[in-house]
Parts: sequence; C-alpha cells; structure tokens
Amino acid sequence: MKEKEIYTELSSIRHLMERSAKFISLSGLSGILAGIYALIGAALGYYLVYGPYGGLQYRNYYISEQEVLWKLFLIAIVVLILSLATCIVLTIRKAKKKNQNVWNPSSKKLLTSVSIPLLTGGIFILILLLRGYYGVIAPASLIFYGLSLVAGSTYTYTDVKWLGILEIILGLFATLVPGYGIVFWTIGFGILHIVYGTIMHFKYDR
Amino acid sequence: MKLVLDHFDKAFENRIRLQIMSVLVANENYDFNSLKELLEVTDGNLASHLKALEKEDYIIIYKSFQGKKPNTTYAASEKGRAAFIKHLQALENLIKQQKI
Repeated sequence: MKEKEIYTELSSIRHLMERSAKFISLSGLSGILAGIYALIGAALGYYLVYGPYGGLQYRNYYISEQEVLWKLFLIAIVVLILSLATCIVLTIRKAKKKNQNVWNPSSKKLLTSVSIPLLTGGIFILILLLRGYYGVIAPASLIFYGLSLVAGSTYTYTDVKWLGILEIILGLFATLVPGYGIVFWTIGFGILHIVYGTIMHFKYDR
Repeated sequence: MKLVLDHFDKAFENRIRLQIMSVLVANENYDFNSLKELLEVTDGNLASHLKALEKEDYIIIYKSFQGKKPNTTYAASEKGRAAFIKHLQALENLIKQQKI
C-alpha cells in the first residue's frame, strides 16, 4: 500500500466511526430562529409585566396575578412549540440534503438522552408554577435546558456541550440575582441561541 | 517490513469488513438495517461479511424481536476490538516506516 492510500483509509475509518456514533444533521439555522422567537417572546412578556415605559424597577403588574401569569405561560408554550417545530423541519431538510436518514441509531440516542433531563425540568417547572415559586422558574428552565444539551452532546456536535455549559452558568447566576429572570432568560434562550446558531451555520451548514 | 505485515489482519483485508468493525467499535451496538444504510451495501453482501467476522469471533450477535419483526444487532467482542486496534496500529506503523 502507498502512504497516501493508508492515510485516506485511516481518515475514512475515523470519519465513519464519527458518522456512525454522532447525529450531525442538526441545523444551525434553526438555532438562530429559535433565538429570534425567544427574543420576541421575551419582549412581549416584558411589555405585559412592565408596561410600555417601564424600566426593570417599576412594574405595572406582578407576576402573581393570575391573568398575567396565564398570558406569560401561553407565550412560553408558543415559543417552545415554534422552536421545536422549526428545529425538526430544518433538521429533516438538512438530513435529506446530506442523504442521511433522520431516524438512525445516533438520532434515537440523542433524543432519549436529551429528553430525560428536559422532561424532568418541564415537570419540575410545572410544579413550581403550581406551588407559586415564580422567581425560580427562569433559572430552572435555563439549568435544565443546559443539562439536557450537555447530556445530548455525546451524540452530536461537541459545540452543543459548550452551549449547554453556558446555559447552566447563566441559570446559576439567575438564581443568585432573583427578580431579573427575564434578563437571564433573554440572554440564554435568545442571544446565546442566535450566536450559537450563527457559528454552527457557518461551521457546518455551508 | 515483513515484521509489520505480520500484524495485518486477514479478516480486515476486505474494506467493508474493516468498515463494519469500525462502526461496531465506535458504538455499543448497531442493527443490521442501520448498518446497511450507513455503508450503502446490499443485504447479501453485508450478511456474508458479518458471517466472516462472526467466524473469527470478532463480533457478537444479538437476536431479538420487535413485535413480529426479527431484529438483529451486532456488537464488537473484546477479541475483535483488540484485533481492530492492532490493525490500525499496523497501518500507522507502516506510514512511520516509510517516512524513515
């Protein structure tokens, strides 16, 4: 065997090992869009609670009022569903383009490892809502989302792990400074997603 | 040169067999259909290569049922894992030797 042939053989083996163990059709663009949805949602939520002129000090309403609470909840759910739907549609599209099957062993593993911390977090937040601990909801959503990203990163790009760690750190800071949940939430779900999505888009999608 | 060639594994002379082994080393286990899609080979081709690796005791076969459909998954055995690593090292050594 020629030296060059061995090189290509070794690199093709490495490529195959990685491709078989990791799901690499996640779309960067969907990260950017999810970030934009989150920013719009956060702006609406901010408007609801603080009114059109408010800074972070004066509130027109407190979140404990039922009507405001339900509206905020509705906004959060709509943002979540839109983000998930965009992610699924764009990922399927990217997989088709790459001629990769969306439903393969690595995507199954990715989904199960992500969903365990994510579902735990979702139920935990619903319980917090029911019990009236509104102040820790934003930190909890950041922390659990970060944990699920770190858990899933074994089966996809390693970059996802860094996004997860940043979300966890933000969540911990948010717990430290109560009352500024919306600020941390906007940074974590809005800005970080846009930055991450842009990096991923230019690194892998083109 | 001859010394190095001794470490070359006959079972991995075939490209598809080496590819199957690299997938199984990188993953806990892999099922037949996913393997077929990943390597883009036909049923019969894949089955015959898997049989050859099974003969060497390089892979372990798990047969189960998903509903009524039979589902066969494969995993690398300790022996297969060691042989794979040795084979890769032999390839790398060959490059080093040629450089000297």
